[in-house]
Amino acid sequence: MQLTGNYLALAYLVSAMLFILGLKGLTHPASARRGNYYAMTGMLLAIVATALDPAVKSYGFIIAGIVTGAAIGTTIALRIRMTAMPQLVAALHSFVGLTAVLVAVGTYLMHSREDALNTVLMTELFVGTFIGAITFTGSLVAFGKLQGIITGKPLVFRGQHALNLLIALVMLGFGFEFLLYNHFGALLVMIALALALGILLIVPIGGADMPVVVSMLNSYSGWAAAATGFTLGNNLLIITGALVGFSGAILSYIMSKAMNRSIVSIILGGFGGGEGTSGAGSGTAGTKGIKTAAVEDAVFFMANASKVIVVPGYGMAVAQAQHALKELADILEGKGVTVHFAIHPVAGRMPGHMNVLLAEADVPYDHVFEMEEINPEFATADVALVVGANDVTNPAAKSDKSSPIYGMPILDVYKARQIFFIKRSMNPGYSGVENQLFYQDNCSLVFGDAKKVCEKMVLELKAV
Amino acid sequence: MSATMIALYVFVLACFVGYWVVWGVTPSLHTPLLSLTNAISGIIIVGAILVAGFGHGGGSAEIIGFIAVTLASVNIFGGFVVTQRMLSMFRKKK
Repeated sequence: MQLTGNYLALAYLVSAMLFILGLKGLTHPASARRGNYYAMTGMLLAIVATALDPAVKSYGFIIAGIVTGAAIGTTIALRIRMTAMPQLVAALHSFVGLTAVLVAVGTYLMHSREDALNTVLMTELFVGTFIGAITFTGSLVAFGKLQGIITGKPLVFRGQHALNLLIALVMLGFGFEFLLYNHFGALLVMIALALALGILLIVPIGGADMPVVVSMLNSYSGWAAAATGFTLGNNLLIITGALVGFSGAILSYIMSKAMNRSIVSIILGGFGGGEGTSGAGSGTAGTKGIKTAAVEDAVFFMANASKVIVVPGYGMAVAQAQHALKELADILEGKGVTVHFAIHPVAGRMPGHMNVLLAEADVPYDHVFEMEEINPEFATADVALVVGANDVTNPAAKSDKSSPIYGMPILDVYKARQIFFIKRSMNPGYSGVENQLFYQDNCSLVFGDAKKVCEKMVLELKAV
Repeated sequence: MSATMIALYVFVLACFVGYWVVWGVTPSLHTPLLSLTNAISGIIIVGAILVAGFGHGGGSAEIIGFIAVTLASVNIFGGFVVTQRMLSMFRKKK
């Protein structure tokens, strides 16, 4: 059986609808799994329909590729730890980028053999390869930073932006050579330059800006797919690319807004190297005025509270403390204490990172709240327990106009009656700014590794 | 209207759909949103299949196509499976 013309187009239309319904499913956790099935069905339909396209003449490589890819993809997806999700997402973005480049080069070779090249097609090829190449290496760098292969600190050097601009211009030059004279060599040089540019664009961006970077590369991978759609004249690719492109763009916008920083300043990079970038004074500033509490004290307060709000951050992910935290919450709830979790949009290394970790630890999603929902609740909370978050709880963002994080929306932890702040050391947070919260009368620091402290709290609570 | 113009129409309208659909996604599912978009951007496999199945006595295009099909499949299977895994963890209180 072969699918021609309109039938193929109809199949693609149904696929596109299923993808849209799939994304729509993520409106609520209850409908999300159904959404995933819609999207899977759409993908299956698209692959089968394409395989029946008369333009496909041999199947050996296709089947071999799908089987290999399925084996690798499924194995990784089943084994990956939830804390490593940001890396996986970054790696998958890089594959889309590389695929876009390969498809563009392959399409060029096919068309030049059939003598069917024209300027429009070549322009589309040019755009597709360059977005794809930047997505590929940019995502590889993001992957390296998240995996800890490359330092998470921003790599900044003089003339960085000028160099990027220069490379971009030279790249455009080779692109035009390709367009005007059909030099395949020029296309290859252009790809090489775009690959270099992808690396250079991401190295200056620091670790905690990763939620924006991951979202941005998500967006790029979508645009790369859309550009490939233009090259192939394939509406399904164009639609899907646009959906993904916008999804990533919206996430980038939400993330940068949650940090009160412009996307441009994040892309330019250099923020937060742990050097105390601005007027924060010495990072390890005096400990005077700071109170510490023993685990026993914290447990006593929590056991006698009526409402506890837990504020998890990246430190919880690093320490893998989510399971101990869940046990803690369970015991408290068994004692009649209401336990809610408060999540800042940029907590962790990717959008929604904390939600997934808490879900993994079996915390029900109706106990987990976003910033706007939970902020009014802090005033009525007896205890706020901060686990591995820092900058997002700093009241200086509201009160201190000279602070580098001034204007950033924060969780109103400072309003709670009593705050316990689990902290490994006195090092300041990512922004290099000291947390004003520590100097408040109602705040006590509990020093130690997040997981160990939570486990100790569980033991203490069981004894009470 | 040229084919490129039609493609542009489709693209711009799809951008609007994407805009409205994605704003509706609940923030707690932003990570599954990323992995699901990972999976569906594997749709680029359509282009990879066309290159890999070009026939005409094989050659470099088919090898390139094979690599592209493999990478896109990693995305599709990896993306969908990990999304499923994550979504199955999101539960209400029993």
